[in-house]
Amino acid sequence: MYHKEKSIQIKSSASALYNNLSVLRIAPRCLTYFTVVHANVVNMVSASWDSLNYSHRQLQSKEGSVATSSSLIMQAAWCVLPSRDLLVLTSQKGIQMYESDGSIMVYWHALDTPETPTAKAVFARGIAAVWEKYICVGVSSGSVLVFDVPSKGSNITLSEVLEEHKEAITDMASECSGSLECIADLVSADDSGLLCMWKSGEDFQLLNKIPGFDTSCSSVKLWKGTVIAGYGTGQIRLYEGVTGVLHAEVNAHARWIYSLDIAPFTGLLLSAAEDSWVRVWHLTLTPETNSVEIEHMYNECITDTQMCGAKFCDGDGYAFAVTGYDLSEIIRYTQA
Amino acid sequence: MSTRTLPLLFINLGGEMLYILDQRLRAQNIPADKAKKADWLEEDRRRVMNDIITTMFNKKFLEELFKPQELYSKKALRTVFDRLAHASIMRLNQASMDKLYDLMTMAFKYQVLLCPRPKDILLVSFNHMDAIRDFVKDTPSILSQVDETNKQLIEIYTALSGGEFQLIRQTLLIFFQDMHIRVSIFLKDKVQNSNGRFVLPTSGPVPYGTQTPGLIRMFSCVGEEVKRLQFQGGGNYNASLREGSFEMYGDRVIKLGTNMYSVSRPVETHMSGTSKNSSQHTKVNTTPNPLAKEELNLLARLMGGLEVQKPTNIDSGFRVNLFATDEEEEEALISRPDDLSYEVLNIQATKDKQTNAELAKIMGEFGEAGEATPSSSSKGDDLLAMMDGL
Repeated sequence: MYHKEKSIQIKSSASALYNNLSVLRIAPRCLTYFTVVHANVVNMVSASWDSLNYSHRQLQSKEGSVATSSSLIMQAAWCVLPSRDLLVLTSQKGIQMYESDGSIMVYWHALDTPETPTAKAVFARGIAAVWEKYICVGVSSGSVLVFDVPSKGSNITLSEVLEEHKEAITDMASECSGSLECIADLVSADDSGLLCMWKSGEDFQLLNKIPGFDTSCSSVKLWKGTVIAGYGTGQIRLYEGVTGVLHAEVNAHARWIYSLDIAPFTGLLLSAAEDSWVRVWHLTLTPETNSVEIEHMYNECITDTQMCGAKFCDGDGYAFAVTGYDLSEIIRYTQA
Repeated sequence: MSTRTLPLLFINLGGEMLYILDQRLRAQNIPADKAKKADWLEEDRRRVMNDIITTMFNKKFLEELFKPQELYSKKALRTVFDRLAHASIMRLNQASMDKLYDLMTMAFKYQVLLCPRPKDILLVSFNHMDAIRDFVKDTPSILSQVDETNKQLIEIYTALSGGEFQLIRQTLLIFFQDMHIRVSIFLKDKVQNSNGRFVLPTSGPVPYGTQTPGLIRMFSCVGEEVKRLQFQGGGNYNASLREGSFEMYGDRVIKLGTNMYSVSRPVETHMSGTSKNSSQHTKVNTTPNPLAKEELNLLARLMGGLEVQKPTNIDSGFRVNLFATDEEEEEALISRPDDLSYEVLNIQATKDKQTNAELAKIMGEFGEAGEATPSSSSKGDDLLAMMDGL
């Protein structure tokens, strides 16, 4: 179904972090941007579609008034909003937001870090752009920070703090089908496997809570109201977001799942785990019977590598890219 | 990231160090025809191990270690282990110390990577603790120190969730990032490739709590299973083994962290062509000032708890060589690539005057608690003479 393309070399290797790959497709300029986190640095590569031109940039974590810091970055992801795209970095010290090409930092939010380290680590993790002007970021305490983003400029403000989770946030996702009929806009996941469904607005509304089974949910996606969750046990589960009904359960991987992605136009699902496998699935939704089916499509084994990031490069799922721990390249596949 | 990583890092690395030293001390044994001296040597080997283990489990030292804190830099941790390795009459040259540290770190990196589930890192730690307990089983005072620490590990770590263990694991993996030193015993056993990367099998038992990949179940809105599909996963997995024990004593089930060395399997490392990756790694760990004041303070507090046995005569002391011959050891020191050097905190090496003074003060603070007993220094002399005579 897919064949391997030429890999993109990155300046330093990928760290073992959940969802450690973000992709931004810039159609008007025939470019795709990729980001991969290495400890306290974000490697950004811009690749031209003809594979002839690559340019690199590195962003560093920030701390207080110090521009560069050794504090570790947990995640980097692009947030696509109707008016603008922003690149968001979450670290042990706070949240940095940049213009989408990483050229200018437009906002910095410091986390409340204690004077002396506490038993429970402090960090921000989990990033989602929510219709139509919010960027939501998770925190190790379980809080979800909601930032209000104006259509331009740096007047970003913290609009709300959602306190529902008790364990560290692992990942968050917004409804990506583009359909305005969906009730839920955002799903947040944590280390206990708990999933919370939200409706965005001046005040975010909690729609539903789907309990975990004390298994961390490391990656989550929301598509046409269906929550797709990847767990530390290697399982993928599909839930109806607002009701919590379990549609499907897949014994997908032999190790901890690190990344999921969905291609919204076709319903293709990508999963990558510590077991070296990258798998492609297909979701079929039948609104009449309110059923969701999942079938397996494709496997790829990246020998001797624990995967940490996997993303489709386009909305159809025609191409995807993956990263692995200790690997200094972004491996790409396109449909045969 | 995780503020509870340091104790596990220290104990596991320490465990590996003891395995290696034990193997080397046995390997440098005297032949049977010098029977009388051999007995004496056996006692001395045990003494070296006891001295190191006593220092490793020093109460004050462990108190500092167990405080929630970020991981030390590689430099700082290497300094701690340098000190630990010299906590007895044993002496190691720079090249041997470098090699020892390479082996320790690659071994633990391997164990962390191959742990089926993040929580199994605790079982690996218990494997090391079980072995340490065995080393000192005949010395009740040290044994009780080790037992106390074991209890502390159980108390703090068994309550952590899988997600928190994964965070510990991710923190450790950042520490080990880009390290691809080839270890002869790993290459021979085919657990490491010639490019220095570890082999990750796609077969064998799945972790405890995981199902073998392959089954898809689909449900109706009322929770009835309506369809079942099997897919080809590609690997060759089978059901998980039973869960290992997290108690003081018990079958850990997992073999990672048990002693893989024996007298007949010498260990060598190759400084292979991984310079590019290594230099990237050192770049990451370098903050604007490598010997940041905070780190010096941390180190001072930690080292304050380490009582170092300083022999009255610097020349005495039982020298251990991690290489087959003295020539090899010297050659290894000369030919070690610059970017793989550990840059151990060395008073002469620091250029900054102020840092120099501070460091000298810290080094001076390492209590010369307890003078070496007269008998030990004479033993040291005898040993050295014996080594020369070989």
